[in-house]
Formats: sequence, C-alpha cells, structure tokens
Amino acid sequence: MLQTSYEAKTKDVWVFIETKDGKARNVGLELLNPGRRLAGIQGGKAVALVIGHNCEDAVKEAIAHGADKVLLVDNEVYGHYSTDAYTAAIVHCVEADCPTTILMGASPLGRDLGPRVAGRLKTGLTADCTSLDIDEATGKVAWTRPAFGGNLMATILCPFTFPQIGTCRPGVNKKLEADYSRTAEVEKVDFVFPADKIRIKLIETIAEEGEKVDLEGAEIIVSGGRGLGGPEGFETTIKPLADALGGVVGSSRAAVDAGWIPHSHQVGQTGKTVGPKLYVACGISGAIQHLAGMGSSDFIVCINKDPEAPIFGVADLGVIGNLYDVCPALTKLILADKD
Amino acid sequence: MNILVCIKQVPDTTIIKIDPETNTLMREGVPAIVSPFDAYALEAAARIKDKDKDTKIVVLSMGPEQALAALKECLSVGGDKAYLVSDRACGGSDTLATGYILSKAKEKIEELEGIKFDMLMFGKQAIDGDTAQVGPQVAEDLDIPQVTYAWEVWPTEDGKSVRVKKELEEGFEILEMACPCAVTVTKPDYEPRFPTIKSKMAANKAKIPVLSAADCGLDVERSGLKGSPTKVKKSFTPPRKEGGLKIKEETPEESAKKLYDLLKDKGII
Ligand SMILES: Cc1cc2nc3c(=O)[nH]c(=O)nc-3n(C[C@H](O)[C@H](O)[C@H](O)COP(=O)(O)OP(=O)(O)OC[C@H]3O[C@@H](n4cnc5c(N)ncnc54)[C@H](O)[C@@H]3O)c2cc1C
Ligand SMILES: Cc1cc2nc3c(=O)[nH]c(=O)nc-3n(C[C@H](O)[C@H](O)[C@H](O)COP(=O)(O)OP(=O)(O)OC[C@H]3O[C@@H](n4cnc5c(N)ncnc54)[C@H](O)[C@@H]3O)c2cc1C
Repeated sequence: MLQTSYEAKTKDVWVFIETKDGKARNVGLELLNPGRRLAGIQGGKAVALVIGHNCEDAVKEAIAHGADKVLLVDNEVYGHYSTDAYTAAIVHCVEADCPTTILMGASPLGRDLGPRVAGRLKTGLTADCTSLDIDEATGKVAWTRPAFGGNLMATILCPFTFPQIGTCRPGVNKKLEADYSRTAEVEKVDFVFPADKIRIKLIETIAEEGEKVDLEGAEIIVSGGRGLGGPEGFETTIKPLADALGGVVGSSRAAVDAGWIPHSHQVGQTGKTVGPKLYVACGISGAIQHLAGMGSSDFIVCINKDPEAPIFGVADLGVIGNLYDVCPALTKLILADKD
Repeated sequence: MNILVCIKQVPDTTIIKIDPETNTLMREGVPAIVSPFDAYALEAAARIKDKDKDTKIVVLSMGPEQALAALKECLSVGGDKAYLVSDRACGGSDTLATGYILSKAKEKIEELEGIKFDMLMFGKQAIDGDTAQVGPQVAEDLDIPQVTYAWEVWPTEDGKSVRVKKELEEGFEILEMACPCAVTVTKPDYEPRFPTIKSKMAANKAKIPVLSAADCGLDVERSGLKGSPTKVKKSFTPPRKEGGLKIKEETPEESAKKLYDLLKDKGII
C-alpha cells in the first residue's frame, strides 16, 4: 500500500496564491472562498500560501479576500515562475506544517506545478475541480470534476494520504467581497531555492501581437466562430457588440485555425477556460471542446442560424438568426440606452 | 536523439452519447483513437526526425491489449518501435501510479534497446481522464526537468539540450533545458501527418513487445488501484441544462429587441 505521507497536524486548508509581478492573480483569490468554507467545516484556518517576489500587494489582497493567515515565500528566485523552485518551496512548507488540504488554480501554472508537488509528496491530486465539499462518511474533501470532455462528472476522494490536493477550474468560484480592514498574521518562510538549480532557462518572451486579452478575468465575453465567414466579422460585428457591453472578444478554435484572430482569444479545451457573468456565442456551433471552456458561465446567449446547433442546448437565451443582422441590432439597442 | 513518446488510447469523446434512460455514458461502438494531443506529440517528434535521420522514436502505452491498435497507428506516422505495458496489476491506476509505471517502463525499454532517452514526450492531456498530470508526474519520478504546453520543440545544435516554444496566457516563451527532459504538447497550428499505404502495411506487420508488471520490475503496491492515492467515489452525468428560450421573431431586429428586453429584465445587462 501507499505509505501515508504524514498525519495532518492542523485542520488548515491552504490556498496557493499565484502571483504575477508581485500581484495576486484572480484564480488564487477566488479559491479563498471555498477554502474558507472547507476550513470552517473542518475547524481549521484558511491559509494563503503566497510565493513570488515583492509580494506586498498579493499579501494584502489575500487577506482582504478572506485569508486567516498568510505564509509568504518571497525572494528574487521566485520572481519568474519555475517548476523547480516553486515545487521545492511548496514541499518545504508542507513538510513543516502538514496541512490537510491544498487548493490550487487549474491554470496553466497550477497544472504544471500541482502534479510535481503531489508526485514528490506521493499524495493524490484531483484535477480541474468544479465543486468542493466534505464527504460525510470519511470527513475527507470530496472533489468533483468533469472528465470525458465534460460528458462525465466524477467525485474523487484522497482517503489515505496527506495533503489532499486539488486544482480548481478558474472562474467557477466567485471571489469574496474584498474587505481591506481585515487583518491576519503573516508568517515569512525563509526558504531560498538556489537559482543555479533551476533547470529551465528563459531564452525569449514573445508577446502576442495585438492587444492583450484577459478572458479568464472577464465578466462579459462575446465570441465569434466559423459562422463569421471571415476575419472582418470580428472588427465589424463582434468587437462593437463586446465594446457596447463592456466585455472582451473571444473565439472558437475554428476561427483561430482559419487565422482570423490570435490564439489568445480562443475559448475551449485547447484555449482558455472562462467563467464570465455573460457569454455570447455568435456563429459558434457548440462543439464539446468549446463547451468545455465556457460551460460554467453564469448566463449564456447564442446567436446562430441553425436551430439544431448544440449551443442552443446550453444557452439560456438563443436567437435563431443571422448574426450579421442580430448583433448590430443588439449593439444599437445597447448604445441607444446608454445615451 | 532518442525520444520516447507516451500515448494513450481513448474513446473518441466527441461522439460519446449519453443514454437518456440510464443517464450513463454509452461507450459501446465508440471508436478508440490515439488521444489527439498525443498525436501532436508524436508529430513534434517526427518533425525532429525529418531534420535529423539519426533520431529514434519509441512509442509507449500502458493499457489493455486493444491499445496495440493505437500503437500500430503510431508506427505508421513516425514511430520506429513501440511497447505496450499491459498487466492486471496496472488496472485502475490514477495519475500517480500511471506516472510510476511509465517511468519504470522507460527504464526497462532503455535496457532492452540499449539506449538512453534524451526526451520524453506526452500529450498536454488525455481527452478521457482530462487531468494533464501524467507527463509532469513521470518527470517528477525520474527527477528530470519539464516544459508543459509546448507548441514546438527542437534540439539545440549540440543535441544536448532542447528548446521549447511554450504557450502562455499572453503569448509565448522560448525555454531551454538540458536532456534528459520531458515535454507535454498542446495543439499547435499544424495537423499530424497521414500514413502512407507503405507505412501502414509495415506498421501492421510490426511486432510490438508487451511488457508485464514483472518485466518492468514494478512494485505492485505502487501500481494499479493499490498504488493510487485518489479513489473515484462516484461518477455521474452532469445535470443537463435545460436549453433555455429560443427566440425567433418576424425580423432579426425584433429578435434582437426581444433578447435585449429579456437580458434587461433579468438584470444581466
Ligand atoms: C483535440 C481538440 C481540441 C479542440 N479544442 C477546441 C477549443 O479549445 N475550442 C474550440 O472552440 N474548439 C476546439 N476544438 C474544435 C471543435 O471540435 C470544433 O471544430 C470547433 O469548436 C468549431 O468551431 P465553430 O463552432 O466556430 O465552427 P462550426 O462548428 O463550423 O460552427 C459554425 C456555426 O455557425 C453557424 N453560422 C454560420 N453562419 C452563420 C451566420 N451568418 N449567423 C449565425 N450563425 C451562423 C452555423 O450554423 C454553425 O452552427 C478542438 C478539437 C479537437 C479535436
Ligand atoms: C472520471 C475519471 C476521473 C479521474 N480523475 C482523476 C484525478 O483527478 N486524479 C488522478 O490522479 N486520476 C484521475 N483519474 C484516473 C486517470 O484518468 C488515470 O490515471 C489515467 O490513466 C491517466 O490520467 P489521464 O487520462 O487524465 O491522463 P493525462 O494526465 O491527461 O495524460 C497526459 C499524457 O500522459 C500520457 N499518458 C496518460 N496515460 C497514459 C497511458 N496509460 N499510457 C501511456 N501514456 C499515457 C499521454 O501522453 C497523455 O497525453 C480519473 C479517472 C476517471 C475515469
């Protein structure tokens, strides 16, 4: 049998806070919400594990969004993410404090890091969870996640080993209302991974041409697909609607593969996973790989010529019609209302 | 350069249907395919071989004997040699156990072939389990560096390192790491090559060694269900969302107006 790595010393739930340039990314702050809930049921604290460089901002945000305590690993060597340094830092902290549970974002970073951490600790890792609970029979975390491209849900337990770790899908959990008057203990962890032991060297950063899109953090997304028939549709029709709604532009992969829009706009299994308040799919059929990326949006609208398109099956409101007629009319109504 | 490509045979999830009576997955009659990202990983390896004929590509899978078909497919589009690890002791492995088994199998294959692998390649994720964890967990077991979400991979001139174009949330990074190393491959902007009639025939004739748990020197306590820290407690089909309201008025303008009014009513905009 697998050796039990350790007995948890505390009932604390750790939430890994991803940082970028010293600031907390949304994905970690969101997880403080379920983190607090699970810690509450188990009778422990929600501890934010912040790793990065010059992270004062991230620490403040973590406390404001619900952390009862912060573990801070702050050093130049963590300024740029590396699998080696971050894995070592987390394992160091875990071995010292033995928490019951760790939540991480199922972001590209979290999915690079999580399996290394779990592998080193020889414990279980549940991937890309969309809901978290406590299993009544065992008192363990019940991790629920989609598999088979969203066709099947599985509830997974990690009954024998600690810590129980899961990566959680971005956008599914909502951030708690920030309260900047909250205070919490900040414990600095003095662990410096030797820079010369990082086995990956950054040669070059290539920023995507055009403006950057923050799809993961967006509250409103208007996406275009193959139904646009060409690249111009994004400029003439999708972007104006997104602008009127105060949202950003997404796309299906068909539109990306056709070269109509950069890959950074792609939503789906091989693109971004998003969870906006409103998702508008225009000329998108709703292939399973697309749904995998946007199915957990709060409210879904589609505009499609074909009433049989699968996207209607997930849409709260669907317009049967030509997007080149419907979208501009909708844009006009929104703008008229604003004046 | 010696490359090991790990591939998983999966049901084609794009055509999986839900049985409306029992609300379970209908897997019967669903064709088994090479997981699409693994096909991209193999293609990335084949592209390295296109430039350097001394490249050797070995394909490895763990699974039931049906997976031989997937391995044959891989031999027809770039693989030089294939191995299957198949043993009841491996059944029910989660990603930690799968990572352990594949890393032990890699060592066994190195011994059998008399080579050392410079690079291990994986798909970003398998389209059934969808965890994206096996590649990094093999790398962890072998204590080698990894780059995930690769678009492009190429060896440096001295052949001792590889460079990887990694996809990020905003743009790309070019990263370098020394061999041996591991790479997981996402969907690039090209498609895998097709087999030729000749390559297909050759692949069909190829003998694919099947390794048992004992062959790989597996600790059965670390394999299969026994060696898996995660347990699937239950699985269920997601509560199907009722398709909402369909709008089709006389004119598109009227449809837009109705949509607009409903969105306003519901406080969405
Ligand atoms: C491994 C793998 C990974 C993938 N990952 C992704 C992913 O991350 N994201 C993704 O999106 N796809 C992904 N795909 C591709 C996916 O299977 C579909 O091919 C893709 O989503 C289709 O894009 P689409 O809906 O824009 O195009 P189509 O399926 O061609 O749909 C176009 C729709 O537009 C409608 N239409 C046409 N003209 C008009 C008009 N004038 N007005 C209104 N409606 C109109 C049509 O009725 C149709 O429903 C992946 C596939 C594989 C195999
Ligand atoms: C519904 C369901 C949910 C599950 N959830 C989890 C979970 O959260 N955590 C967990 O640890 N396990 C989980 N499992 C078990 C997991 O699916 C299996 O361990 C599986 O063998 C590997 O995981 P994957 O399919 O997600 O592969 P991934 O990790 O997504 O695969 C990545 C790459 O690894 C390689 N690879 C994967 N499997 C093989 C193989 N058998 N042979 C050769 N190469 C391979 C391929 O290159 C593949 O592209 C789940 C299983 C089911 C049925």
